[in-house]
Amino acid sequence: MVKNIVNWIDERIPMTATYNRHVGQYATPSNFNFWYFFGSLAMLVLVNQLLTGIWLTMNYVPTAEGAFASIEYIMRDVEYGWLLRYMHSTGASAFFVVIYLHMFRGLIYGSYQKPRELLWLFGMLIFLVLMAEAFMGYLLPWGQMSYWGAQVIISLFGAIPVIGDDLTLWIRGDFVVSGATLNRFFALHVIALPLVLVVLVFLHLIALHEVGSNNPDGIEIKKNKDENGWPKDGIPFHPYYTVKDIMGVAGFLIVFCYVLFFMPEGGGYFLEKPNFEAANPMKTPEHIAPVWYFTPFYAILRAIPDKLMGVIGMGLAIGVLFILPWLDRCNVKSIRYRSLTHKLNISQFAVSFLVLGYLGAVPATPALTIAARIFTITYFGFFLFLWIYSKNEKTKPVPERLTH
Amino acid sequence: MSNAPVDTGRRRFLTAATAVVGGAGAAAVAVPFIKSWNPSAKAKAAGAPVEVNISKIEPGQLIRVEWRGKPVWVVRRTQEILDGLPAIDGQLRDPDSVEPQQPAYAQNTVRSIKAEFFIAVGLCTHLGCSPTYLPDTFGEQVEGVASGFFCPCHGSKFDMAGRVFQGVPAPLNLVIPPHQYLDDSTVLIGVDKGAA
Amino acid sequence: MKKLLIALVALVPTLAIAAGGGAPLQEANIDLNDTESLQRGLGLFQENCAGCHSTQYQRYGRVAEDLNIPIDEMRAKYLPEGAKIGELMENAIPDADAAKWFGAAPPDLTLVARVRGEDWIYSYLHGFYKDESRPFGVNNTIFPMVGMPHVLEGLQGLPVKQEDGTIVATGGALSAEEYDQVVRDITGFLVYSGDPIKLERERLGWWVLGFLFIFFIVAYLLKKEYWKDVH
Repeated sequence: MVKNIVNWIDERIPMTATYNRHVGQYATPSNFNFWYFFGSLAMLVLVNQLLTGIWLTMNYVPTAEGAFASIEYIMRDVEYGWLLRYMHSTGASAFFVVIYLHMFRGLIYGSYQKPRELLWLFGMLIFLVLMAEAFMGYLLPWGQMSYWGAQVIISLFGAIPVIGDDLTLWIRGDFVVSGATLNRFFALHVIALPLVLVVLVFLHLIALHEVGSNNPDGIEIKKNKDENGWPKDGIPFHPYYTVKDIMGVAGFLIVFCYVLFFMPEGGGYFLEKPNFEAANPMKTPEHIAPVWYFTPFYAILRAIPDKLMGVIGMGLAIGVLFILPWLDRCNVKSIRYRSLTHKLNISQFAVSFLVLGYLGAVPATPALTIAARIFTITYFGFFLFLWIYSKNEKTKPVPERLTH
Repeated sequence: MSNAPVDTGRRRFLTAATAVVGGAGAAAVAVPFIKSWNPSAKAKAAGAPVEVNISKIEPGQLIRVEWRGKPVWVVRRTQEILDGLPAIDGQLRDPDSVEPQQPAYAQNTVRSIKAEFFIAVGLCTHLGCSPTYLPDTFGEQVEGVASGFFCPCHGSKFDMAGRVFQGVPAPLNLVIPPHQYLDDSTVLIGVDKGAA
Repeated sequence: MKKLLIALVALVPTLAIAAGGGAPLQEANIDLNDTESLQRGLGLFQENCAGCHSTQYQRYGRVAEDLNIPIDEMRAKYLPEGAKIGELMENAIPDADAAKWFGAAPPDLTLVARVRGEDWIYSYLHGFYKDESRPFGVNNTIFPMVGMPHVLEGLQGLPVKQEDGTIVATGGALSAEEYDQVVRDITGFLVYSGDPIKLERERLGWWVLGFLFIFFIVAYLLKKEYWKDVH
């Protein structure tokens, strides 16, 4: 019976073939480690955001007059509204935790290198859209941080010569951030950007399955096939990685739910304190900081003592990641077989990123501004050094087969 | 891949166990999504029982109050109207209020607790329009009956106890909401006596 | 690689410490399980604060339910004239009038504990002191140039700032310890108001974590069983 139905469908669309190609017979390197959980986890968080987001729109009121009160209405009057809201707000931060770790994995194992440049580019586009999505979503609660954060970030566009002022006016649809801004951000946040995001995720997966997964050894398993054409170091995605990812999901959910149920404000980093006060266009909070996932880039913006250059610097900090596949000229992918220079460089990059993240979250003092400048230089230095030393890098011999 | 023998029984058991536990988890996750569709505290507050002061209603007058977003009528019936009710039993679908359209305490000939005050949800049992109260001109609809309710949407007709006439689209008598008298001049609509 | 991870982990406490700071605050030490304290806090708030400050995002009925107050008692003791049990705890005086009297409309306090923190509220209510230069004759150590009178003066007495910066109040209806408790009660009520679901959320949280722990173990065993093929 089931077989008949499957046959009937298969004669019309390639269901079984697609399943085999992408799951059942998808050859995956057998040595994935901890870092390889974050792809599937990103998918999980995406689904969480889509579902809870849809449910939140059922009670959210996207007007300047009603937005703040509607959030409290969801938190108090709607049955389990608090849980849906916290799932969404905690999910937003979790999304960036997972994505940053996922990107770092790509960085250390050279997953951006040939032939995975397009895969990396789709991933970077996802990251970019995700940032836009998060930024617009953060305006919706219409708290003080929502309001003034949006005001500051939109004003960045004012740094663009000639068209800057007209552009900010156009984005806001008003002379300051207002109900008009809220409405367009709402539309983009709940419809336009999620659609783009889902399409990009689809393309990201297609690109991944075309070239196959990289692995902690940075070896192409497709180069070493047995007589049946199956990679000797490959195992089918299902059941091996499905069961492993289920375990990863369970582990992730323990951490996620701990935050969700016991510290949903994330210590003031996931839900910032001033955002529990309704937006007041007459009064700026004492200290404005973007949500933690933007702070590294925000620190770079503040470190540069020129409005236009600051905006360009911040843009470049993200933009330079796009050309990473062409900056790294080394043929060896994994950090395991690369030079000490490269290991040190990646380490300093990670530290720079974290310190910048910290500096972007605290009020600027002269000493901290100098620190931010130093780490801005080391942040960009990573890419410059990489481009220089990777040309003639002294690497270790890469094994033929995977190591476990 | 190693060629060690596979313990299929253990595999099947663990797969089933994971599926069951995971399925239970998924079901639990669905709970908040489903429950969030229930009426919110705001809706419940708006739907709370309504107190109505009935001491100022003139004989023959109808007042409307809102309960759960629906119009509820309170009509002060004259003795003349009450006396006329049994006479039209023959023209009605359900003259004795057999159908459960009213609480037990209003299942009587006048369909109310106090005969003088008729309290009903003012929505036609056909498709939910609100019938018009015709205190003097109902005779144009049903000969010989001075007053009643006429639904402008599809022409359903009800007498002064909310009982539906024969030959109209509405199938049932008007609904009598749960209500109770707090004192002689106050009625609480929305909750039965003792269930406060 | 491991060293890098350790370095990352070592940075975390630095971040946490840096998040604190600001003016020295007294510790409120409130207990959300102390329902009687929260009930007293509600009474004190309704009596002393609610005249000007709304808590407009919560409803009387919900507060009664959460604080174990029977509905009839809630109606009799805590509801303003004409208010209904299901209504939001909105303000008696219109914002426009309040702005005329105080210069600015008194802020809604439903979420004040989430904005300022419990210690801030506790310290603020201890922070009033006599200052004739201010329109209401008082200033506040925590909130300089405060725009409201010291409403609890009758309870605390007139607080006077001493040479060493401490505040001593005399002539109030309550002893210093009793006043501490009154302030703690009010603070507790506001902490409750800011996050009314907290206790239930944490109760549910333990069940969820317990479930996930079981799920993790089952998933781990399943993974281990299948991966016997690979290793």
